[in-house]
Amino acid sequence: MKRILLQDTNGSLKKELRDFYVSLNSYLRDNGLTDKAQVVVVSNIGVYDKGIVAKVIPEGFVYINLQNASIPDIVQKTILNGEKIEGLVFDKKNKQMRLVLRNCGIIDPESIDDYIAHDGYQGLANALAMGPERVIEEMKRAGLRGRGGAGFPTWMKWNITRGVKGDEKYIICNGDEGDPGAYMDRSVLEGDPHSVIEGMVIGGFAMAAKHGIFYIRAEYPLAVERIQKAIDVCYTKGLLGKDIFGSGFDFDIEIRLGAGAFVCGEETALIASVEGLRGYPRPRPPFPSIKGLWGKPTAINNVETLANVPYIFLKGGEAFGKIGTEGSKGTKVFALTGKVKNSGLVEVPMGTTLREIVFDIGGGVLDNRAIKAIQTGGPSGGVIPEQFFDTPVEYESLQKLGSIMGSGGMIVMDENDCMVDISKFYLGFCVDESCGKCVPCRLGGTQMLHILKKISEGNGDLEDMVKLNQIAQAMQKASLCGLGQTAANPVLSTMKYFDDEYKAHIIDKKCPSGKCASLVSYGINKDRCTACGLCVRNCPVKAISGDRQSKYTIDMAKCIGCGNCYEVCKCSAVVRQ
Amino acid sequence: MVVETLKDDVQAVIARWKDREGNLIMILHDIQDRYGYVPREAALEVSRQSDMPLARIYEVLTFYNYFKLEAPGKFNISVCLGTACYLKGAAALIAEIRHVLRVEEGQTTKDGLFHLQIVRCLGCCGLAPVITVDEKVYSAVKRSDVVGIIAEHSKGLEAN
Repeated sequence: MKRILLQDTNGSLKKELRDFYVSLNSYLRDNGLTDKAQVVVVSNIGVYDKGIVAKVIPEGFVYINLQNASIPDIVQKTILNGEKIEGLVFDKKNKQMRLVLRNCGIIDPESIDDYIAHDGYQGLANALAMGPERVIEEMKRAGLRGRGGAGFPTWMKWNITRGVKGDEKYIICNGDEGDPGAYMDRSVLEGDPHSVIEGMVIGGFAMAAKHGIFYIRAEYPLAVERIQKAIDVCYTKGLLGKDIFGSGFDFDIEIRLGAGAFVCGEETALIASVEGLRGYPRPRPPFPSIKGLWGKPTAINNVETLANVPYIFLKGGEAFGKIGTEGSKGTKVFALTGKVKNSGLVEVPMGTTLREIVFDIGGGVLDNRAIKAIQTGGPSGGVIPEQFFDTPVEYESLQKLGSIMGSGGMIVMDENDCMVDISKFYLGFCVDESCGKCVPCRLGGTQMLHILKKISEGNGDLEDMVKLNQIAQAMQKASLCGLGQTAANPVLSTMKYFDDEYKAHIIDKKCPSGKCASLVSYGINKDRCTACGLCVRNCPVKAISGDRQSKYTIDMAKCIGCGNCYEVCKCSAVVRQ
Repeated sequence: MVVETLKDDVQAVIARWKDREGNLIMILHDIQDRYGYVPREAALEVSRQSDMPLARIYEVLTFYNYFKLEAPGKFNISVCLGTACYLKGAAALIAEIRHVLRVEEGQTTKDGLFHLQIVRCLGCCGLAPVITVDEKVYSAVKRSDVVGIIAEHSKGLEAN
């Protein structure tokens, strides 16, 4: 049975859409075709301002500007014969490319048969037949780089671990997705657990590692459950355990849970956590590839990296290498969130520009406000202002702009977001999550946060910006692990691109976006005020006085700048300065 | 807290993990799943049965945010303070909950009904801002929704 999805973005089911829905259903019923197609109203198809939008599944045709008159055509041609109706079809080139997410939402994640029916474990069979050396060769040809953020070539990581002598080796899948604002790994683990397992077995085979460990956040119970189920069924099917596919290769996988520590995304801290210790990082070298878990050679790969691997061995490294750009191959999944119309996961080939992602795929900024910046890389990344939106997404190009690819968080910020406030937010996160082992990160972060707080309260001076820069540099150079080394990035990049905003806080004692409570004052415009009294009722500190006749005024001595009155006022009488 | 089965519970958990190296975190997870937090008695029992210094257990318990050392409330309100939720006004939600329940982050109301915690990203940024009460997820929450969400859970309980 086919499905016709109708888009109803704000859930209001406007009259035209309701008419269309009813007519379509009646047409199907009158012609005895209710068993041929099911009509489903969904919240989003991803096409905007194009009238009534419908998508026919499984063909995937998207039809736009639909009228009741087109119903017979859609049913007769597309539903019954699978033909595309050229006059109605939405022909914009689809900029997304689903490779990592190829099975998510399409297969039943708890059914191995479904995965196998979609070419699952075919890549593993190919890899086992190739032998370890050629597996690494193939990975080199593919050019896959780590998707956890730093972008280290995966083949090189595997090759180093392979080259180290030792009978015990480990491969760990890093599923401790701690970046606030990103959830790609959760979706893959939950939606296509077998692809990650398959990637891990191939990696283990290439390095002669016999043990695999999934390190997953305890905050993702469904992901843990699905991976566990998938592991269990693999053992019964002979895809894990002894002598996989009769190749003589043995491989075991177990799950270890994280317990809510952002620093455990760092390799050496993650290893400590798997060993049951506090998640403290340790100096490198020796790198985990040489001395990792229990002192044995260990390769640590991100969830998304491993999910790419089966595709490489299914289609070949060369085919994979054709996707993306010269230095960055394949696709990248982003969690597009923040002030964007269509937030969600997007997967694009490397080299797609930021503008295409946010405007063409994401549909632009919420409420049509002006965009201020895009933030990538989470607390380790930076903000990118509008003049650089045409930059293609690649590891190097983003780094040049002072941000990083990161694990894939992409957050859209509009004119109402204050950059000082944002950098305070990210730095606050890193200070909270700093493990406290090394001084630059522990003290540096706290001091920087202190200065930022001072600036946001209107007590900063220009000297503070110099200090911020100095501490940031010390942290970058002297911190023990990636957390401390990158914690200052959000501050540095906001200072670089939004210098004027910092200066407005420092010199003019004003917050241009109206976010920093101490720098904003509120007043009531009596001409617009209708004396409804909403503001009085919502003021938590009773700073608003007056009555229906004399209208209301705000007592600035009592006001705490929470903005409640500004938000609730229905006639824009409350003004913010 | 005294649970009669505590000794046996801990024994069963330890037996489950005894063959694995580095099992402490997994043992503590199992205990927290059982009781909702890690009671001091249970930590002592783990220390006794597995011959591990108590300091070694608390070293881990206090490092990781996920482990709770105190009994949670009947309902646990988690407010997401990931970046997407923050941008869409999660801070105002926290202020409102504090105001309504009169508790700070990490505290439980006097009647033991609600526990407020702030979490860093629940991984559903598309629904921002997000609040969960136990397993129930509330998406795109507005400040004005907060009272209703709390009332939904406390309703009917006051009669008892």
